[in-house]
Amino acid sequence: MSEATLQPVTPSAAMIRTLGLVATVCGILLVLTYQNTLEAINANKRVALERAVFKVIPGAHSMKAFHVGKAGLVPEGGAVPAGAVKFYAAYDQAGQLRGLAAEAAAMGYADMVRVLYAYNPAKQAIDGFGVVGHRETPGIGDKIIFDKAFLKNFEALDARLGAAGDALANPIRVVKNGGKQNPWEIDAISGATVTSRAVARGINDSAQKLVPLLAPHLDKLQGGQ
Amino acid sequence: MVIPGQTPPTNLDEFLEGIWKQNPVFVMVLGLCPALAVTVSAVNALAMGAATTFVLLGSALLVSLMRRIVPREVRIATYIVIIATFVTIVDYLIAAISLELYEALGAFIQLIVVNCMILGRAEAHASKFAPGRALINALGMGIGFSIGLFALGSVREILGAGTLFGVPLFGPDFQPWVVMVLPPGGFFVLGAWLLLFNWWRNRKPAPREPVVAAGEASHG
Amino acid sequence: MTQPLRLELRTAPHVVKGTSVERIMFHVVLALLPICAFAVWQYGLSALALMLTVVATCLLTERLFNRLSSTASTLSDWSATITGLLLALTLPPSFPLWMGVVAGFAAIALGKALFGGIGYNVFNPALVGRAFVQAAFPVAITTWVPAQFPGRFSEFVPTTLTAPLMIPPDITAWVKGHVVDGFTGATPLARWKFENQVADFGDMLSGVSAASVGETSALLVLVCGLYLAARRFLDWRIPAAILGSALLLALLFHLFDPTRFPPPYFVLLSGGLVLGAVFMATDMATSPVTPLGVWIYGILIGVTTVMIRYFGGLTEGIMYAILLGNALTPLIDQVTQPRVFGAGKGKKA
Repeated sequence: MSEATLQPVTPSAAMIRTLGLVATVCGILLVLTYQNTLEAINANKRVALERAVFKVIPGAHSMKAFHVGKAGLVPEGGAVPAGAVKFYAAYDQAGQLRGLAAEAAAMGYADMVRVLYAYNPAKQAIDGFGVVGHRETPGIGDKIIFDKAFLKNFEALDARLGAAGDALANPIRVVKNGGKQNPWEIDAISGATVTSRAVARGINDSAQKLVPLLAPHLDKLQGGQ
Repeated sequence: MVIPGQTPPTNLDEFLEGIWKQNPVFVMVLGLCPALAVTVSAVNALAMGAATTFVLLGSALLVSLMRRIVPREVRIATYIVIIATFVTIVDYLIAAISLELYEALGAFIQLIVVNCMILGRAEAHASKFAPGRALINALGMGIGFSIGLFALGSVREILGAGTLFGVPLFGPDFQPWVVMVLPPGGFFVLGAWLLLFNWWRNRKPAPREPVVAAGEASHG
Repeated sequence: MTQPLRLELRTAPHVVKGTSVERIMFHVVLALLPICAFAVWQYGLSALALMLTVVATCLLTERLFNRLSSTASTLSDWSATITGLLLALTLPPSFPLWMGVVAGFAAIALGKALFGGIGYNVFNPALVGRAFVQAAFPVAITTWVPAQFPGRFSEFVPTTLTAPLMIPPDITAWVKGHVVDGFTGATPLARWKFENQVADFGDMLSGVSAASVGETSALLVLVCGLYLAARRFLDWRIPAAILGSALLLALLFHLFDPTRFPPPYFVLLSGGLVLGAVFMATDMATSPVTPLGVWIYGILIGVTTVMIRYFGGLTEGIMYAILLGNALTPLIDQVTQPRVFGAGKGKKA
């Protein structure tokens, strides 16, 4: 009798108990899944990133991620200094540096166009290019992925450091289709000017920051460490 | 759902309900966010259908098991916690299986959680029946949803890319209808399927049962 | 019942005039004919074939939906013919015929039949068709050929006869072989947007620059529009409001920064502004009926067009501007309803 009168229609304790039980069960399920998939997900991400980097740097066999800032070079995993830029160093089988790769992004026609470019310190030029993600119009903007004439721009795109050492000698810029005269210019795809421009702007923004920061540390990257 | 005095539906009825009579896409017009957003190809559509079916099954099982101990006042909160759990699980699983698929489906895996079809099933069915029946019904709904998505995805892939499951159908010179892989294409194709479905249903002699059962969550 | 039901919404006063939908529509067709003829002279067989194909598709689609909805044929009211002609005039002359069929079907089916036929459509059907193929075939709809290229009366542009569902062939080489001095394969609008070059005034006036079938000569379109306005078959205030507001806004921008923004005449003569303002924005079913509403509607379209051209991703803005104006028409009509005579100010009873 006492039990019946003590209990209201739905006691708060019952609600809390139920919610607690549900939360516990769900929590256990989540932790189990997380634990069991973590390794596979990280492996997938690493493979995807490696595949992207190896695509822009042919001959690469292994890679390392670094952050470079005013204070110096920090391998991925260490404390990231403020204003640092992330890049990847790729090495061949003998452990020799094949090239550097970095991500760049700029607003395209529909959304951010994210690309990966390879920087060759020996040639002081950009010599590789791949698209990481985009939402441009199929049939027009997505030509940046496979248009042969456009990809030719990135065989030796000049990215020399300027005399002052704090910026590129010549900003990388886009010119209208067929108008390329200098090695630092990118020939736009006819009809996809907006997307071409986004690629150029993204690479320029990224390289303007990365190349000057990187210059004092290039020797440290040789030979894989 | 079960009206006293009527014969209770058999397991087969329960299963077929989601596939035909109450198809989530074509009849209830629920869960349109993924139905329009990810159905640019047949593979994406089937993957999204499978992910949703998994969440439906998992949440139906747990909701049904707990149906006697969940107080009315907190039932929606409970369902949402359960559904969110299974959505997170499926999110991890897909990322573990294929990163490519994970990126193609994007935010829409996480958005399964707001697919009102799933909450609607938990509220209208799983919370009222034993786990066995709830699972059968959820499986039917999941398959019905997958069929709906596939119907959209296959048409959009065929017109938008000239392929089905990545296999070219018209040779290399096919001109893709770009609009079909853009959001408006989703609306056009869904509209065309709804037109076809309604026309087909209406040409049969006068249907007796009401089209949408009471107690379904409205689309949100 | 042979006569289709006619419902005309007009504000008071109601004066009976001897006009009918058929008569108005017929005169619109008449007014379009010189523009079509000029287009054929400019682009030859390809433009002619495109116009015939699109009009035939529109008529067939209209008939098909008459059948499906078991209503009497509405082909004789000329409206499907006008839709077809206007649609063809907004397409590039090199547009493949099979895509013209898609455009014509989309115009009548999506733009008109699904809303319930003539008078019930919310959007201008021709522009719905244009918008559909713009989104579906973005490359083909921005492929241009020079006007008055030699041999235009004896051969088709290679893309015209593309097999159905297939990609049109690349005509860059073909265009080079038929080049008319300085043709770059871009419309004046695109050249301005991406290369900051303003086309020659005389070229644009006489219509020898690259453009859609019926967009080349703004002058001719204006003359045909004046005829219709003089006969009271179209509301002159709509084109006046569109062109006036576009010119004024363009003038302001030009005064503000003459190096970045082109002179106002360029805005008027390039692209499809005049064609859209005269023939498409004035569609009776999709434009407001109140005098104040008409001005609001026109100014809205004119301003939106200039803003899209100057600051948007697209080179031409008139199509989306008119579709937007169409969508806002019911709202404009509602807020500009004249007060009933004798009724008090303020709250309605």
